[in-house]
Order: sequence, then C-alpha cells, then structure tokens
Amino acid sequence: MSITRDEVAHLAKLSRLALTEDELDHFAGQLDVIIGAVARVQEVAAAGIPPTTHAAELVNVFRDDVVQAPLDAQAALSQAPAAEQDRFRVPRILTEE
Amino acid sequence: MTTTAIKPVPFDLATSKYEPVIGLETHVELGTVTKMFCGTPVTFGAEPNSAVCPVCLGLPGSLPVINKTAIEYTIKIGLALNCSIASWCRFARKNYFYPDMPKNFQISQYDEPLCTDGWLEVEVDGHEFTIGIERVHLEEDTGKSMHVGGATGRIHGADYSLVDYNRAGIPLVEIVTKPIPGTAALAPAVARAYVAELRDLLRSLDVSDVRMEQGSLRCDVNTSIAPIGSPDWGTRTETKNVNSLRSIERAVRSEVERQAGVLDAGGRIVQETRHFQEDTGATTSGRSKEEAQDYRYFPEPDLVPMAPAREWVEEIRASLPELPAARRVRLQAQWGLSDLDMTALRNADALDLVAETVAAGAPAGPARNWWLEELSRRANDAGIELAALAISPAQVARIIELVEQGQLNNKLARVVVDGVLAGEGSPDEVVASRNLAVVTDTSVLAAAVDEAIAANPDIAAKIADGKIAAAGALVGVVMKATKGQADAASVRELILQRCGAGN
Amino acid sequence: MTGNYQKAEGAGGAGGRPPAGDAALTTMTAAQMAKAVADGELSAVELAQAHLDRIELTDVAVRAFLHVAPEAALAAARKVDEERAAGKPLGPLAGVPLVLKDVFTTKDMPTTCGSKILAGWQPPYDSTITKRLRHAGIVILGKSNMDEFAMGSSTENSAFGPSRNPWDLKLIPGGSSGGSSAAVAAYQAPLGIGTDTGGSIRQPAAVCGLVGTKPTYGGNSRYGVVAFASSLDTPGPLARTVLDAALLHEVMSGHDPADSTSLDAPVPPVVAAARNADVAGLTIGVVSELSGEGYETGVLTRFNETVELLESLGAKVQEVSCPHFTYALPAYYLIAPSECSSNLARFDAMRYGLRIGDDGEASAEDVMSMTRAVGFGAEVKRRIMLGTYALSSGYYDAYYGKAQQVRTLIVRDFDQAFEQVDVLVSPTTPTTAFPIGERADDPMAMYLADLCTIPSDLAGNAAISVPCGVAPENGLPVGFQVMAPVLADDRLYRVAAAIETALDQRRGYPLLTQARGLDQIADVTEAGR
Repeated sequence: MSITRDEVAHLAKLSRLALTEDELDHFAGQLDVIIGAVARVQEVAAAGIPPTTHAAELVNVFRDDVVQAPLDAQAALSQAPAAEQDRFRVPRILTEE
Repeated sequence: MTTTAIKPVPFDLATSKYEPVIGLETHVELGTVTKMFCGTPVTFGAEPNSAVCPVCLGLPGSLPVINKTAIEYTIKIGLALNCSIASWCRFARKNYFYPDMPKNFQISQYDEPLCTDGWLEVEVDGHEFTIGIERVHLEEDTGKSMHVGGATGRIHGADYSLVDYNRAGIPLVEIVTKPIPGTAALAPAVARAYVAELRDLLRSLDVSDVRMEQGSLRCDVNTSIAPIGSPDWGTRTETKNVNSLRSIERAVRSEVERQAGVLDAGGRIVQETRHFQEDTGATTSGRSKEEAQDYRYFPEPDLVPMAPAREWVEEIRASLPELPAARRVRLQAQWGLSDLDMTALRNADALDLVAETVAAGAPAGPARNWWLEELSRRANDAGIELAALAISPAQVARIIELVEQGQLNNKLARVVVDGVLAGEGSPDEVVASRNLAVVTDTSVLAAAVDEAIAANPDIAAKIADGKIAAAGALVGVVMKATKGQADAASVRELILQRCGAGN
Repeated sequence: MTGNYQKAEGAGGAGGRPPAGDAALTTMTAAQMAKAVADGELSAVELAQAHLDRIELTDVAVRAFLHVAPEAALAAARKVDEERAAGKPLGPLAGVPLVLKDVFTTKDMPTTCGSKILAGWQPPYDSTITKRLRHAGIVILGKSNMDEFAMGSSTENSAFGPSRNPWDLKLIPGGSSGGSSAAVAAYQAPLGIGTDTGGSIRQPAAVCGLVGTKPTYGGNSRYGVVAFASSLDTPGPLARTVLDAALLHEVMSGHDPADSTSLDAPVPPVVAAARNADVAGLTIGVVSELSGEGYETGVLTRFNETVELLESLGAKVQEVSCPHFTYALPAYYLIAPSECSSNLARFDAMRYGLRIGDDGEASAEDVMSMTRAVGFGAEVKRRIMLGTYALSSGYYDAYYGKAQQVRTLIVRDFDQAFEQVDVLVSPTTPTTAFPIGERADDPMAMYLADLCTIPSDLAGNAAISVPCGVAPENGLPVGFQVMAPVLADDRLYRVAAAIETALDQRRGYPLLTQARGLDQIADVTEAGR
C-alpha cells in the first residue's frame, strides 16, 4: 500500500477538490497503483546526479522595464463569474493569509 | 486556546524575567516602472483592475518574463546590506489557494535567494546593534481585497469580497533578518530602529518610495521570549502587517507582555500567525502554524535560472550612493550639530528636509530650527508628516535668506510660511501680495519713532538718562505702529539715537 | 516528389469511395493549396468554404471540432484574396485552412481545453502562435477537440466527448491532440496544430496515419498555450504530408520574448530538409529499449521493414541502447502531474470560467472546491492529486526530486546516443488505434501509449512521427518515430521525407485513401440526408 484513503482525502483538500466518498474510494485505489508504479524512479536516481528542471539550458532571460499596454478593465472583468464596482466579486473568505 | 484570557505582564517586569528574541521580515514594493513579470505599469490609486494584463491576472496561457530592473534593484539592496549575491539562483512557485492570488501560486524564491548573509547596524540609546540579514529575495505582490458586509472592512463576518488586481504582480522584495537576541528591554526600540534604518537605506538607494502608510513597506515581526539564562529561545509568533514605526514598537512590546503572561501562568506559546490591532495596540491570534499549509515549493518551470554576471554585480556596487549611516556622519560634521540634534532630526524625519534646505543655500542652524520647531509644529497641528507639508526645502531656504538679509523678521517670516502653506505662492510672492517686507524707509521709521517719543516723554527721558533697557517699551510702540513690519534692531538703534543715548 | 500528391480522385479508387464534400479541393496538400492560391487558380475563400462544407458534412460523425468559426475563417480568407489582388507578397501558407487545438488562446473564439471548467471562456488575447498564423494568412477554421487540459491519449478525457478516428469511427483518434489529427485525417483541414507534452502530437499522428512533429522544446512559443506541464509542453504541426508539416513548422516557430523558455536561435531549415528526401550517409540508431513485449506484432513488422528500407536507401543502421528510457514513463508521470497540479490551481471560479455553489453562504474555499470537483474530469483530478502528492514536503525528494534526476539520466542517454548516430528511431506508439472505451478507466494502460514518445519530451529534443504503412493484422496505420538532437529538427524531415517518398512510390497511392472510416463517414452523412 503506497497511499491510504485518508491521505487521498488530504490531497483532495490541499488540491481544493470536493470529492464524494465514492470518488475517494475510486481514486485511492488508482493512485495507489500509480504511485507504486512511478516509485520505480527511486531505483536509478542515485545521489550525485543533478536534477533537470528545464529542457532548455537557458539563463538570464530578462525583459527591460518598459511599459506594454494593459487590458482595459472591461476586458479584464468581462469573463468574471461575478463583478461589482469594477472588481471581481468573490464569495466570503474565511481565513486570513 | 484560552490564552486570550490570560493577563499580560507589564513590559518592565516581563523583561526582568524573560529575554526576548526578535526577527523582522520586511516586504518592500520596488519602484520599477512595470510589474515583476509583465509590462503592465505599476500604479497607485488607479481605477480598480485598470492596470492588469493576461500575465498579472494569471489568465490561462500567459507566461512570466523577469523584469531586469527589479533584479538590479534587489542586488542593489543586497549589496547595501552587505550580502553575498548568488552566482546562480531560481524563482520557485509557492503554492496555496487564495482569492487575491491570480494563479493560486506566488512566484517567489525558496532555497535560492538572490542575496544572503548580510548585516545592518542600528543604534538605540547609544547602544550599537548589528542586525544580521538572513536573505533578500524577490517575489510578486498579490491583489487587494475589499470586504463587504459584516463589520466594516473586516474579513471576518463579511458577506463577500471584491478583488482588485492592480497590485498583483508588483515586484516585492522580502528582507529577512536573522534572529536578533540580546536586546533585552530595548527589543521594541531595536525593532523600530532597524526598520527606520532600513527605510532610510532603501530611500537612499532610490529603489522604492518606502511609504509605510501606503503599504509599499510592510513588516512582519517575529517575537519569542525565554527565561533569562535559558539556553533555548522560546517558541516564536509572527505578527503580520505591522505598518508604522510606532506599531512595530508597540507590537513587540505587547507580544512580549502577552507571552510573559502565558508563560507566567504556566502555559505554552503556540507557534502561530498573529494580527496587530492598531486600535488596541495588542495582537490577536490568526492561523496556527500547526495547521499551516504545505506550500509545495518547486522551481518555476516557466522561468529560467538567473546567473548575475560578476561584472554586472560590481557595476551595481560601484553605483551605490552614499548610504545613510555614512551620510549622517558627514552631515553632522558639516553642520556642526550635536548628537542630540541629529537624533532629533532623525526622529522627526527631518534629516533629508534639512539637507535639502542646506543644499538650497541656507545655513544649517536656521534650517534645523525651522524644520524642527516652527514647521514640525505646523505638521503636528495638521496631523501630517513633515515631508507632506506644502512647503519645499527650497522655499524654506528662501525664507531663511530673507530673514538673514533683514528683509523679514521672524514674525513676518512665520506669516510668509502661513501664506506658502495656504497655497499663495512662493515666499517672494507672499511677501509681495501680503505687503510683508520690513519697513526700511528711514523717513517712515523716523516719523514713527518721533511720534512714539512724543507720546511717551517719560520713557524718552529715562533713555536719555542712560537707562537703555527702557528702549524696549518704545520699540514695542513703534512695532505696533508699523504693524510689525519694522526691523526691531533698526528701530531700537533709531530710538537710542533720537533720545540722545549711547552717544 | 515528396508531398506532391495528385488529387485524391486521381489516386484511383484504391481506398473505396472518395470522401464527401468538394474532394477536389479538400484532398489537396497544403503546399498545393498555397500554390493554387498564390497563382490565382483558387481563391482562399473557395478553399475555406470547401473545408467548412466538409466539416458540416462530416463532423457529426468525426466530432473533431469543439468550435467552428465560419465567419472568422471566411473573413481571414477574404483578406488573403484581397492582399493577393493588391499584389502584396503572400506567406508560404497564405490562404491554407487549419484547425487549432483548443488549448491555444484565440480572441475571437472560445478556448476550453476540452474542460467544463472553461466552457465558454473567451480569452482577451491571442496566443503568439495564433498571431503568427493570422499574420501568415493561414485560415483558422475553428478549434479542435482534445483530452481535457491535454491529459490523455485518446480524446476520451474531453468533457465534450471523444473524437473519432477517420480510419474506423469506433476507434480513438489518439490524444491529446486527437481532434486535430481526426480533422486532418478526415480532410476537414489540411493542417492541424497540436501540443506535445508526452506524445500528444506524435501518437495521434501515428494512429491516424499522419505526420506529426514535436519540435525542439523552446522552438515554439508557449505564450497563450494553456499550460499542462510547462517544462514539457511543445506546440507543433500535424499534416498529411512531410512537406506540409515542415511548411507549418517553419511558419509557427521562432523566438518569442514573451516566453522565457523560448530559444533565441534560428528555426532549423525544416522545409529544405523535407524537400531533400535523402538519407544516404546518415547514421540511424534503433533504440533497443523501445521494442519487444507490449508492442503489437504489426507495429514491429512495419517498423522493422522501414528500418530496412532506410538501410536500402543508403543509411547506416545500428542498434543503440538507452538504458534509462525504461524509467521515462514513471519520471514523466511524476513531473507532468507535479507541474499540472500547480498550473491548474488558477482554475478556481474567481476570475473566469465555471462557478459552482456560490449561494451567498458558501465560502470562497468551498466554492473553489465544489467548482473544481464538478469542472474537472477524473483524469485531471487524478493527476492534480498525484502531483500534489509528489510535491508535498515529505515526499518531494523521493518522487519529484528523483524524477528530475531520472530526467538527467535520460538526457545523458540521448547525448551518448547522438555521439554515435545522427538520429534515433522507434515505433511511435506500441499499438495501433484502440477502441473507444477500452482503456478509459485504466489509467496505467492508457499511459503506455506514450512509452516511446516521452523520452524526447523529457529531454526537450525534436521528434517526428511519420506513417510507415498499415499493420497487416488490422489494416490500421503505424507510426515511425524519428528523434533528433536539440535544434536538429531538420534531420527529422530528411528521414521522414525519405520514408514517405519511398513508401508512396511502392504503394502507388496515398496511405490515407485506405482509411475505411471515410466510407463510414459517407454512410453516416448520407444516412443523415
């Protein structure tokens, strides 16, 4: 067993996915199999091998501090599920960050 | 938790038993023209969501590109704080969900900050403290939420929130100190002095407008206490968004008092985020670190690593301006001011104003006096900062010049300040429009003096008998008659002359 | 000559009935269409209309499109005709219709990524590639179906239902760019654009009998491509001929300052290479690890024959071992989900897209969770949770960290191989097209479709899939994969053109005319009349 149902429930919470009990059962089984399979990477990745995070070997890609035209507020808000006073309206926030 | 019910221990008592350790995380919005990862202009007070683009709005498909000036500014800050500059480092994603964060991750730096391991010296009450700098890194700011319904403006109990993303993506430098032990009862003052010194430093570097009241400089304060002599430091709390120098001092103070109360009552400090309440000066409990999120940092795959060339770093180092500490030493010597004067100038935030006034041609003494006394009083009355007064250092220098030249006396000069502050124009314009120039026409003065002597023959007689001190009374009469526009010294001289004294 | 097919009717009855619609126009190659438009023999509007008609007739069966844009397409075509009339110089593909995978943002069309969570989203900006296509006078017919957020190998993960393989409508067209492959194979468009993260261009090309290229990572802009896995996602062309793919490759590629991972290097001379179908003197390495168990006999038969063909054309062939390729699949299924778990966090119901459960009482957190639960399909949820797991503080080193080390080992395998050979070859995918539904709820089985394509994604080098005939046992197309070093994309086209030319000559007619599903399309559409 590489992952428990409780762990999957925690992952769902972290990922902001309100899963049903049935989904949790289903995914727990599948993720257990997948994690068991992908754990094979641990067989060969020995210490001293540097990680590759980028396929392209680039460094120092910068832009100059020069203005480009922004979107107008109308375009920014046009796809909002809800808007009010030129702002995005969102449901109440429970926790302070 | 029941800690809120426990009584805080008064500060002096608390620090007689416990040793505080503080630490500060300061966020500074950089004064770049555009945002961190897109060409959208950085604005303050613009219409909501008018300074946004697909990138800073986190729209699907958009990609970040690093603003080179933001990197340059960060390196500048790092160098000014005596840090090492990374030869290779990356941005990372800090993953957490929050409505003011358009991508639900923040592009930040994790284990590879641009600048590490520096220091900044501060002085409190004649004691020098070397504050260790852990790291200086770069990240992007979030949007701003407005909470609607419930208690006004508060997040708790609100019905919903309205988000403006103009601020999202503005480059934000985070400056983190190492833990600062050994400050004892000076802990609050050291915290304040550090932020003040840092603010002056950033201002001198011209990388940010460092306006705490506008949120371009924001502080989180870490505080822990442990019994004096204990080998361990206590559990720390993090007080978020403490946004004035005074609040920083109060936040440390109240947190030391609160924690001492908890420990005295046999309780234990919970590692948590706390919020400073401006109205009460106390902190309240926020999110507990025990239920804290797992941020799942990983290298930002949409950006490539940065490897600042050594030559570039040296170029930036060579371009550093004179830093505030060195400048203060130089100015104090040049101006011939005492330590006390210098401290007063710093506390009043008047150092730059005096320096600019002197630069505009005024002698240091009068410049100091005007800003610390008359103008400080005006600012205080108006409830604004000294620098926010509607009078420029150059205008103050001109007023001082007019006084030195005898064209204004101090009383008239104050009236000129009234006029300038009222928006009536330059000092010279106010002098002209209010007809404030000192009366220098000797025939007019002579007439007024003769009139005064004629009206007060007994005083005139005393003066003639050599009681020169009596002249003061006649000066007053003449000044009144000339509506204060005469030069008192000249009037006195004339009176003595006409009464035949001093010959 | 490569890619210079005669019109399908001229190919002579080998594939049964000619497809419905104005076949004279829709079966031309893109190169032929561009030339006809440039020469004034054909208007871009006529071409666009012929393809729009074809889509209307056939897409009820093929279901390649999520959005058809007749007005925008005809307007773009008119513009090309006007420019030609005004004597303005036209680009090499001006007036040629194209279908764009629904993962590229388009100002004038919705962009859904095959997801309910983005249903109806109208982006306020064009992707860089969208802009380049428009600038080149290419006529965008609409947006094609795809596995949700490009996660899948069959289009079955599309929230809007699967597309069908024109070779047999009961089969998958591959994925995730399966809408584009189905459309091009069904003559709804001569050109398609896809994205390849683990094989999402090459595998659909293989199972639909098309040419599909994953260019060098960074050769094509990702700006405006809704991200699945940022360090892997690579836009690329799909076409019926090698030359057509090369022409599109050249138009869409090149440095983009809006994408920090874009390479500031000249586009490799792919069109010249596609016209130079000559492999004499080239050293070709057959990857020993990409063969054997799990590969269909027919796939291996056609693959081996093609290797022999290349040898007969003057190439030197040798076997090359890339020992870490067997770890590519597990590494990919850690790296891609990790990046996707972060990339897809932005779909939270706050600024755009679907919002579920906002009843005035529910909190932002709850609305986010409900919306994502309803708006994402099962595969997306699986990968988000898998990636969240792999990046979690206690597991990062054991999973994500190790996977990145494996990535290094794979890069080294390629480096060593390319010291010995000019290109590497393998089957594109272990099997031919499988039936819709067969692997739908067996993620591990589905993941095997990407076995051969993933190494090049992890290393960021270039790879192509070119048809090498049909499997003897089921008559379905087999893809031949060629892999080349970073920025040596031209080598792909040289080899692919040699294969295409030789096989076309041997066969005597285009491979696609054997697609039996085209008959079914005619049946379906005739039945519908």
